Amino acid sequence: MMTELSLNVLDVANNSIRADANLIEIAIRLHTKSDLLTIMIADNGCGMTKEQLSQVEDPFFTTRTTRGVGLGVPFFKQAALSTGGSFHMESMPGKGTIVTAVFCMSHIDCIPLGDINSTVYTLIITNNEIDFLYTYEVDGKRFQLDTREFRNILGDVPLNSPEVSAYIKSYLEENQKEVDAELSKTEKQ
Amino acid sequence: MKTLEELKAIRESMQSQMGLRKESGEQIRVVVGMATCGIASGARPVLNALSDAVQAKGLKNVAVTQTGCIGLCQYEPIVEVMEPGKDKVTYVKMTPEKANEVIDQHLIRGQVIKKYTITEMLG
Repeated sequence: MMTELSLNVLDVANNSIRADANLIEIAIRLHTKSDLLTIMIADNGCGMTKEQLSQVEDPFFTTRTTRGVGLGVPFFKQAALSTGGSFHMESMPGKGTIVTAVFCMSHIDCIPLGDINSTVYTLIITNNEIDFLYTYEVDGKRFQLDTREFRNILGDVPLNSPEVSAYIKSYLEENQKEVDAELSKTEKQ
Repeated sequence: MKTLEELKAIRESMQSQMGLRKESGEQIRVVVGMATCGIASGARPVLNALSDAVQAKGLKNVAVTQTGCIGLCQYEPIVEVMEPGKDKVTYVKMTPEKANEVIDQHLIRGQVIKKYTITEMLG
């Protein structure tokens, strides 16, 4: 098992990378009133057939050849279901895959989200050929990081150059802090 | 909210340097295993320590990337160093601290840290 949900996100997003996606969307949505945390990972990679899709939640199914088990999706699913939440996967060959996991945040078995910024940062700076659209939302207030938008501004300056990656890091941290301020407001009420 | 204005300023200051940057042919590749096994064992902080150090020390000939599972799950986190013309070096059971040592001793000074390699671990 993972110690943070953000590690599950990193793991499942790596499936999108292996599926040759060039756009990966990650959305984290917290809704305090309903006590729900929704995590969505969508890609435009090679997708899966109905048959593969039905196998992917089985820990003893994997397409890799280096070992016989594939625990990424089963871990993520178990983490969601053990909080009384839900898990859903949709896929179309040639179109891509969408993974959605819902967590009941106050459930005792809910693993903390953890350092999600570190996950997004790692994905962006080590996958220069892939675009990412990241959304972080708390009770309707949100911020987004769209690497396509960043690339438009940057031209041929790469995202993993020191100056730009430092900017990405603080962009994630500062904007999350501001959106999280919404969370403490609700707590006070 | 942090805005994109700052990004425009970064672009302007960097574009002037772009022409001066030469592409060196001798790229060293540093690859971190980032499959389920690697991530669960702590590969994310290792990868971030490596990329932060490469940037902080200005190592322009080093590229830090990620890969899937190479089938040695029990030795994760694994870091492979690939230098052109040299044998691949596989470091196992890595931590951010060990990663920083690899940067200083192996990537900068060219000394492989034998005690962290897989050959040493297997005895």
